[in-house]
Formats: sequence, C-alpha cells, structure tokens
Amino acid sequence: MKVQSPLEVYNYLPGTNCKECGEETCMAFASKLIDRSKTLDMCKEILDEAYKEEYEKLEDMLSPEIKEIIIGVGDKAVKVGGEDVLYRHQLTFYNQPPFAYDVTDVMSEKEITERVNFVNNYKKFYVGNFLRLDMIAIRSVSDDPEKFKECVKKVKDLTELPIILMSFNPDVLDAGLEIIKDRRPLVYAANEDNWQKVAELIDKYKVPVVLFSPDLDKLSSLAKTFVEMGMDELVLDPGTYPSGKQLMGTFERFIKLRRSAIKDGNKDVAFPLIGIPAISSLISKDKDEFEQAVSESILTILEILKYGDLLVFHNIAPYAILPAIHLRFNIYTDPRSPVQVDAGLFKMGNPDENSPLFLTTNFALTYFTVKSDLESNNIDSYLLVVNTDGIGVEASVAGGQLNTGKIKDAIETTKAKEVIKHNTLVLPGLAARLSGATEDETGMKVLVGPTDSGRIAKWMEDHWESDK
Amino acid sequence: MSENKDLSLSLKDIQNMLDNYGVEELKDIKIEGDLEIEVEPLSGGVSITPEMLQSMVVANEAKQAVYHISNLFKMFGLSLSFQDISTIPTPVQAPVTEEVLKPRFKPLENLIAKKFNVSKDEWRLKVEEITLGATKTDGGTRGNVIKIGGEQAMPFYCWDGNIPNRPVVALDVFDMPISLAKAVKVHYEDVVHDPGDWARKAVKDYKADMVTIHLISTDPLIKDTPAKEAAKAVEEVLQAVDVPIVIGGSGNPDKDPEVLEKAAEVAEGERCLIASANLDMDWERIGNAAKKYGHNILSWTQLDMNNQRELNRKLLKVVEMPRDRIVIDPTTAALGYGLDYAYTNMERIRLAALGGDDELSFPMSSGTTNAWGAREAWMINSPMPEDSDWGPREFRGPLWEIYTGLPLAIAGVDLFMMMHPLSVRVLKETTQTLLGMIEGEKVDISNWIKEV
Repeated sequence: MKVQSPLEVYNYLPGTNCKECGEETCMAFASKLIDRSKTLDMCKEILDEAYKEEYEKLEDMLSPEIKEIIIGVGDKAVKVGGEDVLYRHQLTFYNQPPFAYDVTDVMSEKEITERVNFVNNYKKFYVGNFLRLDMIAIRSVSDDPEKFKECVKKVKDLTELPIILMSFNPDVLDAGLEIIKDRRPLVYAANEDNWQKVAELIDKYKVPVVLFSPDLDKLSSLAKTFVEMGMDELVLDPGTYPSGKQLMGTFERFIKLRRSAIKDGNKDVAFPLIGIPAISSLISKDKDEFEQAVSESILTILEILKYGDLLVFHNIAPYAILPAIHLRFNIYTDPRSPVQVDAGLFKMGNPDENSPLFLTTNFALTYFTVKSDLESNNIDSYLLVVNTDGIGVEASVAGGQLNTGKIKDAIETTKAKEVIKHNTLVLPGLAARLSGATEDETGMKVLVGPTDSGRIAKWMEDHWESDK
Repeated sequence: MSENKDLSLSLKDIQNMLDNYGVEELKDIKIEGDLEIEVEPLSGGVSITPEMLQSMVVANEAKQAVYHISNLFKMFGLSLSFQDISTIPTPVQAPVTEEVLKPRFKPLENLIAKKFNVSKDEWRLKVEEITLGATKTDGGTRGNVIKIGGEQAMPFYCWDGNIPNRPVVALDVFDMPISLAKAVKVHYEDVVHDPGDWARKAVKDYKADMVTIHLISTDPLIKDTPAKEAAKAVEEVLQAVDVPIVIGGSGNPDKDPEVLEKAAEVAEGERCLIASANLDMDWERIGNAAKKYGHNILSWTQLDMNNQRELNRKLLKVVEMPRDRIVIDPTTAALGYGLDYAYTNMERIRLAALGGDDELSFPMSSGTTNAWGAREAWMINSPMPEDSDWGPREFRGPLWEIYTGLPLAIAGVDLFMMMHPLSVRVLKETTQTLLGMIEGEKVDISNWIKEV
C-alpha cells in the first residue's frame, strides 16, 4: 500500500474515537488499517455520505500494491492477488492462491462429473480446520463453441465453485460466457492475436480476464492496453514452462514481474499472476502417473513460493494434492501472530483414570506435534493445554507465559484432577525447572517428561509405571 | 430512392464527419460494415436502425454515437429518428461536455507498446564459500572435494549476481538400524546393519554427493555406545566411500561433545563437517575439536536468528574458527509442522547475510529428513475419518520430503541431509535446473489449452 505511517491514515478518519470498530481510538484503528488487520468498512462513521471524499482517499491510500480481484460469486468466491510484499516476514502474504483443477470439453460426462465432485468434496483436516480446493478450470480442447457450451452447462450444474473458462478462441469463450456470465468466471486468455475480440467480450460480460504472453514487453503492452480501454480486472500469465532452461525462465519472470510491481512501483504489471502447473503434462504424458505428479509438484512448489496468485492443475492424485495444500497454507500463514489453539483438557485416544496427564502450551505447532506423538504411539492419555498466548514451551518458560500460577489455574478450571486417580502431572522436559514449585502449588506429584515429545513412548516405558 | 442518393451516408462518411469535426473521443471506435444510413429529406428526418448503430460501434457506445451523430446532423439542419426508439436511449439536448463524451470502453486498433523494466537487487556481502572434503593433495583421502556457498544473490536469482555452486545432498547413514518410514526402509533394508554398506549404496545407487554418518547409538537413552567405539563407524564410512562426509552425533547435549571430539580425531585431515555445535551443549569443545583436526563445523540453532548470530559469534571469537569453515543449520521443520518458520527464518538469514551481516553470511544446511516425522509422510492413511483419501504413502512420503526440501532451497539452503532416493533425485534435478545447468526439452506452450 502507498502509506507507511498511521498518522497519514488518521488524518482522513473521523477522529471521534467512537470505538465502533473495536479500537479505543481512531489512531489505533489507523495502525490496524496499515497492518491490514482491520478493514476500512469497520469504521461506521466514514461510510456516511458526509465522509465520501475521505473514504475514497483512504480507499486509494490503503489499496494493496497488487490488485485484488474477485472471481466467482457468493460464499465460494475467491480473492486473488492483493499482495503487498516480496518476502512474507515483511508483513504477510494475504490471499492463498486458489487451486483450480481442469476438465475439458472432450471428456466424457462421467469423467467430468467425477473430477468436479472430487474437487467439490475434497477436504483435509489441519490445525483445527479443513483445507479445501477452490475452482474448476474448463479447457476447450475441441475448439467448438457448441461443445464448450455443453461442457460449461454441465459444470455449472455440478458445482458452485468459481470457474475459469479457457480457450484462445473468442467464439468459444463467448459461448461459455453466455452460459455462466452471472457466476463471474475468469476468462483465460487474451494474447497478442486475439486481444481485441477478447476485450469486446470482457466489456460485454464485465468479468476478469487473463492476459497471456511469456514475453514481458508484450505482457506489459497487453496490460497497459486493457487498462487504457477501461478494463483493470486483470490477471497476468507470463507462461509456465515445464522443464530445463525454459523452467528457469519461468521462475525468473514471476520474480521479475512481482519485483517490478512492488519494489519499483510499476503499475503496468501490478496484477495477480496465474501459474499453470498443469502444463507439466506437455512433457510428462508418456511417463507413469507418479512421474507426472512429480513434474507438476515441482512447478507447484515454485509457483506457490514465488508469486503465483492462482494455480491451475491437471493432476488430481490425492498424494500430490496433500503436500500442495499444506505448503500453500504454511506460506500464507500470517507470520506476525503465532498460531494458537484453544486451551483446555483434551483426550488423546481413549484414556481412563489410570492414564497419564501431560501438559503442553497452546502454540498450535507444539500442540499438534504432541497430539500426533501421543496418538501415533497409541498412548491413551489426557493432554492439558495451557494458554501461553501461542508461545512454545521453552520460550514461554523463559518469558513467563508458562508459570506455576497458570498451571494451577488450568488444572482447576478444567477439573483435571477429577479425571485421574493417580494425582500425577507430567511436565514437558523443557519446563523441568517449574516442577518443584508446581508440586507445591498444585499438591500433585509432578514428573518431568522428555524434552521432545517424540520420545514420550520410550519415556512411558521407563518411567510411567515405576514413578507415578 | 434514386433521387436521394446524394444524401446517402456510408459509415465511412460518418467516420470522416466525426474526424472533420474534431470529435476526438470517438476516434478509436471501430466502425465496421458497409451499411448506408439513408437521409430522407422528405420526412425531414434520418431513418436509422438500432442494428446499424450496433454494427457501427461496439456494445455500450451506441448511446454516445447516436448522440454525436444527432449533434452533427443538427449542424446540417437535419434531425434524427429511430425505427425503434425504445431499444436505444434517445439523445438528450444537453450541451456536449467532456464528461459525456468520454467513453468508458475504448477499443484500440493496436497494442500500446511497452518495455518491461525491473531493478536489480544490489547486495553488499557474499556468502562464505566452504570446501567439504580433502583429497590426497590436501592431506585427506577423498576422491573429490565439494564447494558450497559463495552466493552473491538470493537463491537461484542468477540475473542479480553470481551463484557459483549448486546445492548438494548428503544421504543419511546411521550407526545402527533405526526405525524408518516404510517408504524409506524398502530402499535400505539390505544395508541397515552396516554403515559402510549403507554409505556405499547411498553413493553408488542413489547418487549422494556426500553421506552423513549419524552416531545415534551413542545416546545414553539408546545404546550409550562409547565414543571410541562409535568412531569406528566413521572410519568404516570413510573407507567405504570417497565422497566428503558429515559426522553427526546423537543430539544428546551431554554426550555429543565427547563423541564428536573422538570422531573428529579419527577423521583428522578429511575436512568433514562436524554436526553439530549447539548453544545448549559444550560448543567450545566441539568447535575446538573441529578446528584442531581440520574439519568444518555445523553451527545449529533452533529457528532463532539471534541465537544463530550468537553461536556463530562464539565460534568465530572464542573458538577462532576460520570463517570459511562454518556452515549453519537454522533448523528444518517439516511441511505442515512449522515449515513456514523454517522457511522464513532461513530466508531472513540469507537476506541479512547478503545485506551485510557477516555473522550470518555462511552456507546453510537442512535436516530435510525431518519431513518423515510428519504423519502425512508415513501413515498408511489418515487417522481422521472426515479426511479425503491421502493416497498411497509410497508416493506421498517422498513428495513430502521434496515439499520440505525444495522450498528451503528457495530460502537459501546449500546442503541437504535427506533419505529417499527419489526425493534426492528430484531435488538435485530441480535445483540444477534453476541454475541453468540442465537444458531440458523445449516446448511450445502457445496452444497448451488444447494440448495438455
């Protein structure tokens, strides 16, 4: 965004400190706007007609460096782009690149149905939520407007997910758009041959469009021309190539485009980028399914890390999707706030009154690691999770977020003593120095567990029965 | 209507009229077709169909075109009428203003020529270049040496500065059979009882650049193998293969200094990488051993840039380790289990190094094998009934290792410690591709939509 200082933003806010936004002062709200943890529409007063000018000014000041584009409608609509930084620690990356999976107008109805349903229903539990897939890309292989139309109809009935219409033939695109114009699809793509006709379609249907050219001068020209024609809901495709020096060039172009937009302020290319890992199939068709998945995975990794804002896939092998959705989630996690889980008392497996009671912190990573270690070793147990503001064991012992008072409170509020009869608490090895004081404070017997929860199984063998 | 022929206007005529009267705003509207607009003086008006206007101008611009034509016709003392007035808004009598004339959509004849420009990253410092292994001429017995580091740009940003060395892979070898994920185990079943055979297989069959011998049996909680006995495994590996090696302890902070000191002694002159010194243990003793016996040292901290600086400073100032003999391991967390922390920590370290921080300007190492700790890498299937199918683990596992390693290559890792042969192959191929070392198959993607 254009501004760095909350003061610049504050100057345009009502300055009434009404607290409606949840902040104590307009100044505090201004700093939240700068770090993008709050949005302008949370200020009720500025939405008033009297502040129209200020609102517009702020909206401009606060808009992200890379244009944010919405594809689709309703709950399933996706936001693409909207990024502000080149490296995630400088703020955070904002909008996870939606994953689109392809169907074609020469696939059988059965195949289309299977693929679309697979994408619709896919889910994977992770850090308290389900990771899901986002879009369907419809490729015209037939180049026949009628066939494409039929395919778009089918897909439209099968899914609410946002759709990408893919063809370089404007007549084909027009046929598809006619069917699905109300769903705000993304049109792929205008290139240096068809751009005038595609522009007419974009104006007619008012939908976002991808501009395609691996030549960055031409891509800039296309973008500049579309903006000049009054169309600025653009996504850029600088070309994804599957291997060798061409792949090296792909990596370079994505980085150069994003750097030019963010670091150099080049508005011509300040648009979201689309990556096409599906293109790996151009060279891996003769290879076995796994090798194909590997090729596509390499492009996926590079384009998630380096500035792909929307990715199109061909491969729907579950083992290839699984790591991809985790990488995307990890890279787009806000590095400014530690990921936390709820504090409380949790059952691991099927514990009874003789099962051990372990303690850990509510840092999500710690919690899920301990949980996974207990469950995968079949250790039926209770896990008491203490709220340390999302800080891990070692750091929270040092920083005081984990202390005997907190441990005592957690035991009392969860009534942890009532679920066990051995009155023994196992502290993490990294919290060993709290053990004496915790015994005094809680009246429980305290054992010190291993420093790494990966060793709990071994520790159980050596210590639990004998020491409890 | 022959008598009115002189009053027929072709579209070309209208375009010329617009041009002549300086209606700039409509200049770029493409007027197509060969329709004629008929002027009927008898009725005192011009008959013009909406279809004609549609053919003249694209979509939304009809209203403005009509408006302009209407004005022009007025200049000629004519008026304009429509066959179906309801389909096109009637022009109004308001004066012509800039605002009204400015069309929202202006189709252009030609692309606006643009030249794409981008700045270069300018850096102050380059990463140290470290030599691993020593050949006969340098007092060792290795067949080759390996250089890592030396970068003068962010990883694979070859257009910004020189990147002289490719990332290398060391395969893990353990001094006792350990529990391995099924997908990994199948590749090593025949060699897990013999570190020498294990190392040979890693180099010969799986093309490891280096091997790491992990002396994990020395952990008091495992076998508590004495340092002297454990050092034999190091000698076995050095005899079995002639690539440079990494010597790792068990990670036990009390035992490692003694174990690594002994191992460094038996491998004297081989310029190994001693893994590792850590703030929680006697780093000085380990550092001194590495220095005394001619090895490199791995400086390992846990996801904390400041601790990494502190340990490096201690190795430089207290141990007086030469700068070109330090490699750093800022910790690798697996995909899904903290990879974001590891990635950003390494990326920040590399950015700081290139930006001039000489306490961080060392090549980085990654324990990528940690990927196999993720349940998604090794479990047969999801323990969560709600999850979609995870797919077969023999495919999922190596991909998990690739998905942990490759992002860290992009963050700046120079040396990978890995396990699965396929992951090793893919990581090496991809990193070499990004450095332009692999020509690859050239493809035309201009018609990819139909060809994929």
